[in-house]
Amino acid sequence: MNIVVCVKQIPDPAAPPSLRPDTQTLDRSGKLILDDSDSYGVEMALQLAGGEGDEVTLVSMAPNAETSGLRTALAMGAAKAILISDDALAGSDALGTAKVLAAAIRRVSPDLVIAATESTDGYTGTVPVQVAELLGLPSITFAKSVAIEGSTVKVERQTEAGYDEVESPLPALVTVTAGVVEPRYPSFKGIMAAKSKPVDVLAVSDLGLDASEVGAVGARQAITDVSAAESRGSGEIVVDEGDGAQRVVAFLEELKVI
Amino acid sequence: MAHDKIWVLAEHAAAGPTSTTLELLTEARQLGGTVEAVAWGPDTASVAAALGEYGATTVYDVGDIGAALPGAPVSGAIAALVQSGNRPDILLVPASYDGRDVAGRLSVKLDRPLLTNVTDLVDGDSVSSQHPLFGGTMIVTARFSGEGPQIFVIRAKSFAAEPAGGGPANVVSAPAPEVGATNGAVVKDRHAEERSGPKLDEASIVVSGGRGLGAAEHYALIEELAKLLGGAAGASRAIVDAGWVPYSYQVGQTGKTVKPTVYLACGISGATQHMVGMKGSKHIIAINKDQDAPIFSIADLGIVGDVHKVLPALIEALKSRS
Repeated sequence: MNIVVCVKQIPDPAAPPSLRPDTQTLDRSGKLILDDSDSYGVEMALQLAGGEGDEVTLVSMAPNAETSGLRTALAMGAAKAILISDDALAGSDALGTAKVLAAAIRRVSPDLVIAATESTDGYTGTVPVQVAELLGLPSITFAKSVAIEGSTVKVERQTEAGYDEVESPLPALVTVTAGVVEPRYPSFKGIMAAKSKPVDVLAVSDLGLDASEVGAVGARQAITDVSAAESRGSGEIVVDEGDGAQRVVAFLEELKVI
Repeated sequence: MAHDKIWVLAEHAAAGPTSTTLELLTEARQLGGTVEAVAWGPDTASVAAALGEYGATTVYDVGDIGAALPGAPVSGAIAALVQSGNRPDILLVPASYDGRDVAGRLSVKLDRPLLTNVTDLVDGDSVSSQHPLFGGTMIVTARFSGEGPQIFVIRAKSFAAEPAGGGPANVVSAPAPEVGATNGAVVKDRHAEERSGPKLDEASIVVSGGRGLGAAEHYALIEELAKLLGGAAGASRAIVDAGWVPYSYQVGQTGKTVKPTVYLACGISGATQHMVGMKGSKHIIAINKDQDAPIFSIADLGIVGDVHKVLPALIEALKSRS
């Protein structure tokens, strides 16, 4: 079983996010960490690839050669990583990103591709399905459980009303929700081992892609304005002195909903 | 860029078109020109009247896709229409599970980008879309360039649905072409999680609980309070992921979008993921012990206190009134 996990390195969500003044895109120039949403996919892959000869490969794209987020996932137990890093990638839209990831994944010929349902910083949530279409693979999004039986992947897929049991022959692509599994913490041994695991850094030209298809040049959409949302205005914030419940009741009465 | 022909990806269940479908048809009429729909299922003709009432003159019927997930066959059918010369200037897609799958695959088939997570459209020479950022504190406006259909993936409740009183839409067969291996995923069984009371995304009062409840068994307080208020119980992603409540309770980016008259957030800090799903509520009450919690920045009434004290007292107070 050869599994690829698509991971994204993002600015630390604990730090205040900012936009680049020149392009009005998210500023990703600082330190990047492994997107927390991706740790579930990495864990799922490690659990599914427990057999002899099974291997988990990470595939990621970053405008700079940042690898600290990848090292986290390698420390969890992934065997190796492919990082596509090229100045030409800055400003890529979702379709451009998908073309780059798909070209990199093709080099591995995986049985299963796993991705998060969406990233924490951009949350367009369409890149994995675009990757599946580019690779000609079936896809099952929003998996809350994943199992492999022979050459079939069995998934419980979230729906509006509950969940569906969905199956697909392999190879296939599955997106997982946070909570599908409990991600392990890297062990000290894992962290040490990760330092010597291979990270193959590729440029756009290595993938046989035309630079005009990716990055800001290939993006056929543009941000025209960024502005502050209409503020709701600050309400009344009070510290509960034993009268909190009464204040809520009074507020609901005022609104005539009780 | 003129936009004379606007298509809506029309999802429907046995009860008729989904509410987001009707919202998008209504918005499509505002943008002007011809409004048409694309639908699939064993009996698309049964929704032709409802789609027509909201402005669709034609519904392209992909037909019965069996147990397949819609992403591959429906995107294939739309791409086939476009390649035959019948192409929309704009396609509006609900930001639902299946809607996102269809849009993602169609994007590749047509080699066109997507604008997703849209909460409003601005009409002009070309149509721009608005997207909430950083938990809805900022609004980004974006537009497409280049030739080809402009595909917007739009969040639920971005527009109000209003019927136009049109006659039934004309049903035109538009079957899916052979889409090969991409069509491999099949639904084997469906599970609905039953719940009592009003639906989460339709209730006028929503009471939601988060990690601050401390343990799964304390969610009973949320359900009791919701019941007393005649509302629906919701949840933050944190406690859904933790397995305390089913996914169908989740309010937020990847869950339901709600716009009730009153939203009561209990033990919810206000992560971006949650706020985008409830920020449109008319009145927001927050109870949280951390006074720096982001949820207080959008609350009309904020109680800095322990949910384990405030909620039981609130339940008692409401019971004593009835």
